[in-house]
Formats: sequence, structure tokens, C-alpha cells
Amino acid sequence: MTPILQVRNLTKRYGPGCARCLESTGARRETNQCPRCRSILACREVAFELYPGEVLGIVGESGSGKSTVVRLLHFDFEPTTGEFFLSLNGNGAPKIDPGQNLFGLSAFHRRQVRNARMGIVYQNARMGLRMKVSAGGNIAERLLMAGWRHVGRMRERASGLLEQTEVPVERMDELPRNFSGGMQQRVQIAKALSTHPAVLLLDEVTTGLDVSVQARVLDLIRGLQQDLGVATIVVSHDLGVIRLLTSRTIVMRHGCIVEEGLSDQILEDPQHPYTQLLVNSTL
Amino acid sequence: MTPRMPSRASAPPADWRDSLPPAEGRYSYAFLDEGAKREIRRRMLKAVAIPGCQVPFGSREMPIARGWGTGGLQLTLALIGPEDVLKVIDQGADDSVNAVNIKKFVTRVTGVAVTTDTAAATLIQTRHRIPEEPLRPNQLLIFQVPIPEPLRLVEPSERETRRMHAEADYSRMWLYLYEDIVKFNEITVGARYPVLVNRRHLMDPSPIPRWDLPKLDRGEALFLFCAGREKRIYAVPPYTEVQPLAFEDFAFRVEAFAGRRCARCGSVGTYLDEVIDDATGRRTYSCSDTAFCEKALRGNSVKEARPSGEDRA
Amino acid sequence: MGYVAVRGGAAAIENAEKFSEVRRAGGDATLLQPEQIREQLHLAVDRVMGEGSLYAPDLAALAFKQAAGDTFEAAFILRSYRTTLPRLGYSEPVATEGMRVIRRISAAFKDIPGGQILGPTPDYTLRLLDFELQDESVSQTRQRIQQLLRDTERLQPLPERFPKVVEMLRREGLLVQRHASGEDPGLADITRQAMAFPAPRSAQLQTLARGETGGMLALAYSNMRGYGSVHPVIGELRVGFLPVPFKNPRTGSVECIGEVQVTEAEVIARLTAAEGSARFSLGYGLCFGHNETKAIAMAVLDRAMSGGEPAAPSEDQEFVLTHVDGIESMGFCNHYKLPHYVTFQSELDRLRRIQARPGRPKDEQP
Repeated sequence: MTPILQVRNLTKRYGPGCARCLESTGARRETNQCPRCRSILACREVAFELYPGEVLGIVGESGSGKSTVVRLLHFDFEPTTGEFFLSLNGNGAPKIDPGQNLFGLSAFHRRQVRNARMGIVYQNARMGLRMKVSAGGNIAERLLMAGWRHVGRMRERASGLLEQTEVPVERMDELPRNFSGGMQQRVQIAKALSTHPAVLLLDEVTTGLDVSVQARVLDLIRGLQQDLGVATIVVSHDLGVIRLLTSRTIVMRHGCIVEEGLSDQILEDPQHPYTQLLVNSTL
Repeated sequence: MTPRMPSRASAPPADWRDSLPPAEGRYSYAFLDEGAKREIRRRMLKAVAIPGCQVPFGSREMPIARGWGTGGLQLTLALIGPEDVLKVIDQGADDSVNAVNIKKFVTRVTGVAVTTDTAAATLIQTRHRIPEEPLRPNQLLIFQVPIPEPLRLVEPSERETRRMHAEADYSRMWLYLYEDIVKFNEITVGARYPVLVNRRHLMDPSPIPRWDLPKLDRGEALFLFCAGREKRIYAVPPYTEVQPLAFEDFAFRVEAFAGRRCARCGSVGTYLDEVIDDATGRRTYSCSDTAFCEKALRGNSVKEARPSGEDRA
Repeated sequence: MGYVAVRGGAAAIENAEKFSEVRRAGGDATLLQPEQIREQLHLAVDRVMGEGSLYAPDLAALAFKQAAGDTFEAAFILRSYRTTLPRLGYSEPVATEGMRVIRRISAAFKDIPGGQILGPTPDYTLRLLDFELQDESVSQTRQRIQQLLRDTERLQPLPERFPKVVEMLRREGLLVQRHASGEDPGLADITRQAMAFPAPRSAQLQTLARGETGGMLALAYSNMRGYGSVHPVIGELRVGFLPVPFKNPRTGSVECIGEVQVTEAEVIARLTAAEGSARFSLGYGLCFGHNETKAIAMAVLDRAMSGGEPAAPSEDQEFVLTHVDGIESMGFCNHYKLPHYVTFQSELDRLRRIQARPGRPKDEQP
């Protein structure tokens, strides 16, 4: 099977950088900061694939670089180096050579790729939603980006999505800042799914929610995942979330991938000492 | 320095200085120095080449205040030649204070002929209106623009709006209109209604009423826009598509004057000013385009004002 | 009625102009001469030159007279005159160390090499109305001033150069290095190019140098009071005269073509934690004439804008630089006096239509 998404040599450095950066940082050096030039390597030489319909977990503590990776893929900011390929067959996707590194595209084309093929849900709803725009408007914005120009049809689509994500449809025209944290996440999920993305990025979506709310949001995601079969990357520090949602997992520490494999295997029989620590500490 | 451009603004008439008070002999033809005029014309050419795109320019201070038409005035002065016939309007009227002031200044520094007749003018500077009489090829309509950035409504930062234009990222403007409909079941933008030019650039048409927007679409004249304070020039060349943002189920609609006619000349199908009578408090209506009204009153065989899109809604 | 005023036409405009002329010079008092303004209202003249961005004391005094004392209006008149002048060239850069100083203080040190020179300032004077000035006798004032000048002849003349206080700090490595910014190959000229953001520092300083004093003060004050992170110390404030060196385009030799009076402020600010290395940072202000409030406000704003992520309006360069110009802000503020009835009609149309239609069902819910 050919992957739907491929990442190679993905590095994000903050700071000037020097010749010794790579050798003096990473999991083995127990730091992501270069002792010489003080640059931070938020993630370094990260490579992985995502297959159609697959749910891939990225787990690690805060500062491990896992959120950096998905935000780079979402073009939220620029990588220092890296290659990124995405299957672009599908409705509304721009015509781009399949061998084209997406990081090399112009901002204009990156935006098109993102709008047509990706959806993201952030930990902080403020990053994913406009708090002064109605919930329905937040979903409509993505549809508008995709060229929708019929208010009635957009509202129909938005109510359908809100129903699917278990947000009371009668609250569609309310501002999300009046919503609970759980409901804000549901609106974000509805927005992310609105244009049938090929890849869904979930960045710590349940972190900070009450346990009972967490469980309901996770159930929702799992249900949607089973119904829609959209390839998904789940970023979390919570092994429970990884266990529940993912089939394959990458473990990151100090910006590096230290272990990867089937989620069950990693959780039952961790190989890397850090993963062992991570698994043991949650028990 | 640079060779003289074979421009419309070439040699002034020999006697133009005679009509000026002595102190003004210190100012050159059309006030601006030739270097400034050349730069403004170059920027204008760029604006014409990329319809609807705002081109920055080194806006000069003028002897009228910022916000009072310094942009339009700079374009007028950079383009006007001694053989031009000038018309200046504000709110559609030739004798409005601002229009009179600008006309006075331009004639003082150029000596050009002025007219109120739209058909006779070669260069028209305007604030807030497009004349009712259809414009012809080779006529210039120069708009005074207070805020050239249509996205300012949704985004205060210039850096961000420049990025949005570069990426043709106009979803937030559309979203604004969507939210309007959600709240009011109607788009509330009155004048200064955003338009998409040549299917690429979102453009502020200056604060003209929606009534005038259809006249911009594939018009025969060259439409030039200039904001002096904000230092931007943009243009709609002849025969360029100009589409107001609208939804399939919430069509663009111009102001409704259904059933009303001008109390003065009796015209139907012109943009009307609503006037409240002092004594009776009764409302009457008259043409905002005073020159058109005058012509209609004299019964000259005016062509019908171009039917506006009132019945499109 | 507004309608009539709008259609008043040429005659009304001329009458309005005449009426304001009567207001300016219609009284019984002796008419002001520009010379009197230039000499005796020199701070107003300096302000007009700075905001009008043209160093021309005689013309600024004339503009001030014409504007009947409105500094906004006078600066505006001077600016629009400036537009008509041909650009002959740029002067050579000049180091302010060589300023012929009439006032020079530092708040950062008790004493500084070269000494604190208080110069002409009302800073330490009680602001009591001086009724003596009401009926000032020309001869007595002349006498008093001649006596003052005779007394100063016995004093030692000021040195020609004063070392810069901030240079001493810089040599000790206590100051953050600020570069003219890498992406900026030459100097910007904001009178010839529209500014793009992020603006190079040269464009920032030019914009501030001709900013409106009151507007800059308000923004700088917001920063000092807490909407911002600058806690300024005045490293050095100088008032004095600078030579204007100009390269002769024929011979190539640099000649001094005159002297301008300027006020210069260098403000030292303590660092915020976010800014990393342990050094002081510096804000720079310089404007035409004697205008200490403006120079300090400029230095504070320069420093405020130098950080990364703006946390307050005064730290956001786009916010500061697009709002400090008095000619622009005053013009736009006053343009609202122009008729807007066509656009208002358009808005009325929208409102009437919305009111005439039934609202969405949800609007009827409590």
C-alpha cells in the first residue's frame, strides 16, 4: 500500500544553529538545546509515513517536539529542513506534481493544499476557532475557502456536521466562546471535517478537559474514525488516548523519534528505556 | 535626469502664470514637480497592469488636508494636460464645497477648462459617486479613496492584509458577509461594498453607493483610484470584470428607490438624495448627480441613465 | 440646514476664508511679524518645523502666523510647501558627538564626563504666571538681557565636543547592539516611498522624527505607565546645533552648508526576561528644534518597537508608525465634516430593509 503522507528529515530549529547542533542534542544527549549556540531543536530529522485509513499516534512528554511536527505539517510555521509529500487526489485539491515537496510550495499553494486536504484540531480552541464568529460561521469559513457560495447549503452542511459531532444544532449561531471546553472541541472537529480532509491532525484534543468530557470526546473521535476512515495523526502525552485511538505509534523525546511500532506492542512491550518509563509511570 | 516623457501633462499654456497671484508663480505647472508626476504615472501604469491590486506610492503632501481627496488630486495633477476638460464632483454634485475647492485649485495651477457636463469632460475627479451618464472610452474617472483596503473591515494589520491579498485569501471577508446574514438576514454593508476585480483581487470601490457598482463592471472608461493618506493607487481598466461579493441565495442588491422619481427633473432610475423639507417635514427626492439632473431638466436628449441593477435582487 | 451648506459653492467658500482672515487679524492689537514669532515663540516654531519636516524657521514662523497659532495647521502648511521643493540630494551623515551643545543632561549618572549642562530650560522653574510680562518694557528687558550676556563672557566657554554617555556604556559591553537591520541595504526615504511592514529602522526613525508631538507623547506615555515594558532612564538628552555636511556634486568635496538645531534623546531601558542576554537596550530620538518632550517620547517608542512580539499598542510598529503623523490624523479626523449623504443614504437603505423584514426565528427567542 502506498502511504497517503510521507515526512522525511523534518527539522525545526529556533536559534542561529551551528555545526555541532545535531551531534550535541537529541535523546541520547538528553537535551534539545545545543550547548554551544543555545539553539533549540524542537524536532530533528523526523521521518514517518501515514497510510490510508490509518490512525497514527505520536506520544511524548511536553517539549518532545510532537506538536511541532503536526503544526509543521499544517504549515502553521516554516520548517528548517524537511520534505513532505501528500497524496493530492481528491476534490478541490490543487494540481501539483506528486513528487513535489510541499514545503517548497508558495504560501498560496500551501494554503490551497491545506484547505483541500487537511483538517486540524488544536488543544486550545482559540487557535482553531474564531471566538467572535458563530459556531456555524467557523465551519462556513472552511467551506468558503473551498469555494462554497450558497448560504443555505453551507448552513445545511454545518448543521449536519454539528449533529454528527453532537453539538446542539440550535446553538449553531452562537459564539463558541460561550461554549464549554468539550463543546468547543466538538465544533473544532466539525470544522476540521467539513471539507472531507484526506488527513486529520489531532493535537492534544482532550488535554485540559474534565475526565468525563474527555471520554465523550474520545468516543466521538473513535466513532467518526470508524465511520469516515480518514487517515489521522493523534498527538498526545496521554497513553490512554493513544491506546484508545491509534493502531501505530511513534514515541518522541527531545525532538527525536526513539521508538515506533504497533501501539499494542509499544504499550505492552516497550523497548526504549524512555518508553518503558513512560508506560510504567502511567500505571 | 530622465528624458521628458511625452505625456499628457507636457508644456503649460504660455499665459498660465498670468492668471495666478504673484506668489504662486513659485509653483510649477500642475503644482507637483515633474519627478513626482512621473513616479505617480509609473505607479498608475502598474496598477492598470494588475487590475484591483493596490500599488504603494510616495504620496506627497498637498495643500488640501489628508482625507479630503489628496490621492485623487495627485493623480489628477499627474495626468492632466492643458487640453483636458475637467469635472469635479462630490456626492454627485459639481458645486459641493470639496468639489469646488479642488476644481479651484486645479484650474489655478493648470489653467484647464472646467465643465459640469459629464459627456464633455475628459477627466473627472469624484468623491462617492459615478456619474449617471455612461462614460465613454478615453474618459478618466479618478476616485478619491479614504480607505483603500477592503479587508480593513476584518483585519487591522497591513502586514496581514498584504499576505491575504498575495494568497487570494478572502475567506474572512466572505465570512463577514455570512455572519451578517446570520445576524440580520441581510448583508449590512451599505456603501464601500467589496468587489472582486478580474476574478483575482478584492477591491474597495471607494465609498460609492452599491448603485454605482454595476457601472464599474466592464465599463468603457479607465477607472483610477488613489488614497493619498494611505499611499495607494489602484485601477480598473476598461472592459474589466468587477463583481460585488454575493451569495447564490443572497444576491447583490443596489439601493431601492422603487416608485420614486426626482422631484426636480422627473427622472426615474437615478440615485436619489433624500431631502427633508424644513417647513413640512415631508421627504422629497432629487438626483444626486446634479449635472445629470440639470441636463434632464433642460430636456436635452440625454441618453437614459444606464439602468442600474435595481431589479436584479 | 446642512443641505444648503453643502451646496454653498464658490462664493460661500470665499466668504468663509475671508471671515477667518477677520478672526486672525481683525482685532486692535499690533499685527504680529514673523520675525517676532521666530524669536519669541521659538518653541512653537521648532514644533512646526519638526512636524512639518522642513527646517525653515522663517517659513515655519510665517505658517504659524497664517494658522493663527494652530500647530497642526501650521505644520500642514509647511509640509505642503515642502512638497513643491525639488529634492537636490541627501546630506552626509553626521555624528552627534560633534554637536554644538547648549543643553546636555544625563539622568543615569550623578556626574558625567564633560558635566551636566542645564542650558535654557524651564524645568526647574515654578510655573507661576509672570505678571511682569504683561506690561513688559522693551528697554528694561533689553538692558537686563545685555547684562546677563556680559556676565557670561567671564565664564569659560563650553568645550566643542562632549563624549556620549551611551558610548561609555557601549564600550563596557552593557548595551544591546542594534543594527540598522540586515534586510535594509540603504536608507529608506519615507517621503518618496510608501512604508511596508516590517519597516526598516531608518523608516521608523524618519516617521517618528516628523510625528506629531502630542500623539507620540500619548503613545509613549501609555508604554511608560504600564501598557508596555519600557522603564526608561534618560542616558543623555542634548539640545544643540549640528552642521549639515553636503557633498558638492561637481567637486566631490564635502562642505558644510549650514547648521540645524536639534534635540536628541537616548533612553536606556532595562531588559525584560524574554529578551535574553543581560544588557541594557537603547531607544533613540532626534527631532528638529528644541522639543524635549518629543525627543524623549520618540526614544521611548523606538525602544518599545524594538522587541519581538508586541504586547501593547506602543510596541507594535505598524500601530505606532501609522498613527503618529499629525498631518494625516488631523486631515482624516476633519474629513468627517465633509458631506457623506450619498453613503448615508446607502446605509439607510440597508437599515430600512432589515427593519422591514421579519427577523430570523431565532431572534425571537429570549
